Amino acid sequence: MEERKSSTAPWILAVLVGLLAGIGGFTFLYAEGLSYMSDDPKVCVNCHIMTPQYDSWQKASHHNVATCVDCHLPHGFVRKYLAKGENGFHHSAAFTLQNFHEPIMMTPKNAAILQETCVDCHSALVHEQVLRGADGSGEVQCVHCHRNVGHGPMTGMGKFE
Amino acid sequence: MKKTVLLGIIVVVALATAGVTALLVNIFERKSEARNPYVRLTEVTEDTTDPAKWGVNWPKQYGSYLLTAQITSTRFGGHGGSEALPEQKIARDPWLKRMFLGYAFSIDYRDRRGHAYMLADQEITKRLTKPQTGSCLHCHAAVMPLYRELGNGDAAKGLAATYKYSYQDLSKKLHDSGHAHPVTCADCHDPKTMQLRVTRPGFTQGIQALAASDAPVPHLPSVQRWREGGKKTPYDPNAEASRTEMRSFVCGQCHVEYYCSSQMPLTFPWGKGLRAGDIEKFWDATKFADGSRFLDYKHAETGAPILKAQHPEFELWSQGVHARSGVACADCHMPYERDGATKVSDHWVRSPLLNVNKACQTCHRIPEAEIKARVDQIQQRNYDLMQRGGTAIVALIDAIVAAKKSGATDAQLQPALELQRKAQWRLDFIAAENSMGFHAPQEAAMVLGEALDYARQGEVAVARLRR
Repeated sequence: MEERKSSTAPWILAVLVGLLAGIGGFTFLYAEGLSYMSDDPKVCVNCHIMTPQYDSWQKASHHNVATCVDCHLPHGFVRKYLAKGENGFHHSAAFTLQNFHEPIMMTPKNAAILQETCVDCHSALVHEQVLRGADGSGEVQCVHCHRNVGHGPMTGMGKFE
Repeated sequence: MKKTVLLGIIVVVALATAGVTALLVNIFERKSEARNPYVRLTEVTEDTTDPAKWGVNWPKQYGSYLLTAQITSTRFGGHGGSEALPEQKIARDPWLKRMFLGYAFSIDYRDRRGHAYMLADQEITKRLTKPQTGSCLHCHAAVMPLYRELGNGDAAKGLAATYKYSYQDLSKKLHDSGHAHPVTCADCHDPKTMQLRVTRPGFTQGIQALAASDAPVPHLPSVQRWREGGKKTPYDPNAEASRTEMRSFVCGQCHVEYYCSSQMPLTFPWGKGLRAGDIEKFWDATKFADGSRFLDYKHAETGAPILKAQHPEFELWSQGVHARSGVACADCHMPYERDGATKVSDHWVRSPLLNVNKACQTCHRIPEAEIKARVDQIQQRNYDLMQRGGTAIVALIDAIVAAKKSGATDAQLQPALELQRKAQWRLDFIAAENSMGFHAPQEAAMVLGEALDYARQGEVAVARLRR
């Protein structure tokens, strides 16, 4: 008798799990979840608050040689996807909850990644003294002087011509 | 026990499903925000002057425009004093009143209020106790439909007709026409496409004259392109200017120096360039219809033929580092605000000092306190130099008045009177400009330096008469 009474519960659970899987799967596709596995810069403007960054990158000197991920994610496979996952989580949470600082500013952790990726490509050109600051100590950041190379001088203003 | 666990799982899965659905809806909202920046619920045309009607379609922009009715002040600008009218500038700086004797600004000249008050403030100023012309409405009302009506469809002709009207007569026409609103959306936006555009005929004529001159305009690349392109047709800002330039031109329709009285149509004096000295040369070469020399008023005490500066924000900005770097008026005074997934230009036009985060820190990634301190330093120095100018101009007026009393003739005083005109023009140029020197600190200091020099030269000229 006891067994019989609770036999509807598994059915309810099955329906609910199905619903969750269905809605979850649809949400994932609708949110273009798979696109985030790619390196295409257009993915970064999926959520439209990155439009000024995307637009200004197209005008800046590095747009032919480096995409978003080339500068903003580490170059090693494992660390790249770890950083992608971490940033992706923070960005999604922030954009959903709408609770982030504006203008958008880089976190110290990401600034260290940026410095590392500059040096990774330009190591043959930069001197030992610059490399010494590349540990994230912030002593010598490439973009301190070369601020315009990624996004031009005026990201976020009305400059789209 | 098993049953409880099963029920627990059902609750958890149900909650998770609810959470995922909430996320789905959130993503949907963000996506639709990005797709449809506005929904046109009502039709607006060239003749829709009531901003509230536009507000039906563009509630975010309209909402922030309404905030221009707020009382705001910064250290050197804005609405001091009571809840009612702003403080009198001529009471705070008596040298202003002394300079303006013989002109209605010596009666009533107050701190500014926001865009929402532009028409109301003009209608209650005590300057209206003296004859004022209809030209003034060019920049204080949604006047374009009236211009088109007066010019049989041609707004430029309509403007050309209005200087002969008294302010009261044209104001009555405006009110009767139902267009008695302050600045309106169509002044800067095409009602069909919402593209930025300039409408004020005074600006179009002025910028065409500037383009046709050979004055350097490195901050206006489309004017340079037009000059290099053979100048086939007159420069048309609406067709040729970039979006960045338009984000300053729309403001330059009014925040400029102009002649605005009853002897000739409203005139933007840019035919020889935008600097204080260029504009002075333009006015010096201008004659009234009767062939007499151009002036705004004769100084009541000295008789000097004075030039009154209006509010040359566009001109002074043109000389500064921000203009040179491609930073438009709207970048600092109407910075973008993010609203969900859309960007909205803040239509609460105000001092960037009241919105440092969005106005300055988009480019200047330094602490807000440091930005404010730098601005304050620039403005304080400009203020100090300007006060010295005030002392100097009063000394010159005193000297001329004393010389007149002791019998000096107008012919003898001629050089000193010319120097008063030159000095006062420059001092007023910076005093009337609404950035306390910030728009172009070095240019402002240069103009003030010249003002001081001319004022003291004038005193020397008077002193020589005594020998």
